[in-house]
Amino acid sequence: MEYYLQLIVNGLVVGSIYSLVALGFVIIYKATKVVNFAQGELVMVGAYMCFSLTVQFQIPFIWAFFMTLGFSVFLGLLIERMILRPLIGEAHISVIMVTVGMSSVLKSLVQLFWGTQIRVYPQVLPSEPIVIAGLPVAPVYIAAFILSAVLFAIFSIFFKYSRTGIAMRATAFDQQAAQSMGIGIKNIFAMSWCIACVVSAVGGVILGNINGINSQIGHLGLKVFPAVILGGLDSLLGAALGGLIIGVLENVCDGAARQFLGLGGFREVAAFIILVIILMIKPYGLFGTKEIERV
Amino acid sequence: MQGKCGLFFTSYQGEAQIFQSGFQKLMVGLFILALIALPAILNVHLTSIMNTIFITVIGAVALNLLTGVCGQISLGHGAFIGVGAYAAGQCTLHGVPFPLAILVAGLITAMVGMVFGIPSLRLKGIYLAIATLAAQLVLEYVFLHGGAMTGGSNGLLLEAPQILGFTFDTEWRMYYLLFFFAAAALLMVTNIMRSKYGRAFISIRDYYLSAEIVGVNLFWYKLVAFGVSSFLAGVAGGLAAHYTGYISAEQFNIGMSISYLAMIIIGGLGSVIGSVFGAIFIVLLPEVLNIISNGLGSYFPDIVQSIVALKEGVFGLVLILFLIFEPEGLAHRWRLIKAYWKLYPFAH
Repeated sequence: MEYYLQLIVNGLVVGSIYSLVALGFVIIYKATKVVNFAQGELVMVGAYMCFSLTVQFQIPFIWAFFMTLGFSVFLGLLIERMILRPLIGEAHISVIMVTVGMSSVLKSLVQLFWGTQIRVYPQVLPSEPIVIAGLPVAPVYIAAFILSAVLFAIFSIFFKYSRTGIAMRATAFDQQAAQSMGIGIKNIFAMSWCIACVVSAVGGVILGNINGINSQIGHLGLKVFPAVILGGLDSLLGAALGGLIIGVLENVCDGAARQFLGLGGFREVAAFIILVIILMIKPYGLFGTKEIERV
Repeated sequence: MQGKCGLFFTSYQGEAQIFQSGFQKLMVGLFILALIALPAILNVHLTSIMNTIFITVIGAVALNLLTGVCGQISLGHGAFIGVGAYAAGQCTLHGVPFPLAILVAGLITAMVGMVFGIPSLRLKGIYLAIATLAAQLVLEYVFLHGGAMTGGSNGLLLEAPQILGFTFDTEWRMYYLLFFFAAAALLMVTNIMRSKYGRAFISIRDYYLSAEIVGVNLFWYKLVAFGVSSFLAGVAGGLAAHYTGYISAEQFNIGMSISYLAMIIIGGLGSVIGSVFGAIFIVLLPEVLNIISNGLGSYFPDIVQSIVALKEGVFGLVLILFLIFEPEGLAHRWRLIKAYWKLYPFAH
């Protein structure tokens, strides 16, 4: 039993990172209808940036963190202006493939600058585990969970009450109507890429503090798909819950497969088997907008 | 359809011909003769590149039929090719003759492809892309953990293919075998595209609701598109497995699916000749980068270590640049070149 409790706790932590990355994905999808296959690479770039500032340039962690966020804003603007804007109005496949191409470019840039070996972050939080309900949990896990929750709270409030947030929701609902009401659609698109990059960078920094980073963490981007499909492609709450649920489910499935079937590495596919099942039963997810059309 | 100047059709059949004018037939005939004579002047390395191109052309034209012509995005093409490779490998290991093994591989892959194509009735656009992505990752896992059937992480070792006692054991012999299959695949897809099925696929791609209203059975035609595309992917996989003599699970990863999608985008969606151009482009790209990096190696010694990362970056960059500046691909460029020379030197 304790084995499974531990799996669930680990799942929640991994899931909170999935949620953050899924949040970035959903913000982009909601505002611009772009399916971003480079989300994992944005996480990776953020993680390496922060690593580089703290370790190679010896900047205190907290300042390095904020500088990383600033860099992410810049990266988001650059991506939107250079790559995505020329493709507004193109077919699904073109937009998907341009983000795939972007992920290749970002991955190769990271490898060129930082190599492929594992890099370890400096210790920021104490390493003695805190005991919660009889289970030892590392402080960095708790920090990760709290940070994700805070970010979700901030963005929920932002989308609900701020002018920009409301403009972004209007754009997501109907671009033409939003534009005729005087909302600058292009600014909104740029804005959503910036937010997505920032959120992903936060995810990357948390991940770096937990496991260290290597050039393979971009694969995390694929795990976003089960999370957002479960939650519904255009729902923030869905992204949060979907990430957590997928994180827990894949850990428990992996543990069960290891215990009962003796299968290793089941973690990699468990989430995708769940994804296929969701697509069969409830393709628009828990909170997604249903598109009804009949012939 | 607009014919060439001085070319008049008196029947629909004449208009639907693949090669309409005598000049076109002559050029294609000469091109085929040149390809048959080509190995005489190529060394082993260049012949192996040609062989890779032939196999890749089959895979690319298969994906173009599904994604470019029928509009169903598939991110699982690499895994389908893998299914074909394992199926053909198991067949020949159990003593089935090579041509039959390729056929069986194609049929098995077609079945697998159709199973994964069933969701395509309910799912569109990005949902289908994500579903096929799941298919890719699940199949990859099966390849790696399939026990005796896939050889697990050790893979399978195969012998050179044999037809009626003749063994295709050198690059030159393989050249003619693969050339035959590639030509057959291109002919098959061209013919499908000008048949009732091809027109139905195009109508589904252009607007599925209109297609349904004019009487195209969406489910059946989408399933056929998945079936035919996977059949050809299986054939390509079987040929690739026997050509290299070795199947490993790592070959058929998501990167392979992405590079096939890149081929049909760079070549031109929905165009047979585009698939050929795209396949040639993507196969030659790393080779050219190798040559460049070897040339620069004496000036920048670091470049050789980072060649893997560079290749990936250049691949991504080429894909982005094509999508932004040449969204209709090399096939469009080819049409422009032909149009230019048609009126040369009196272009107005």
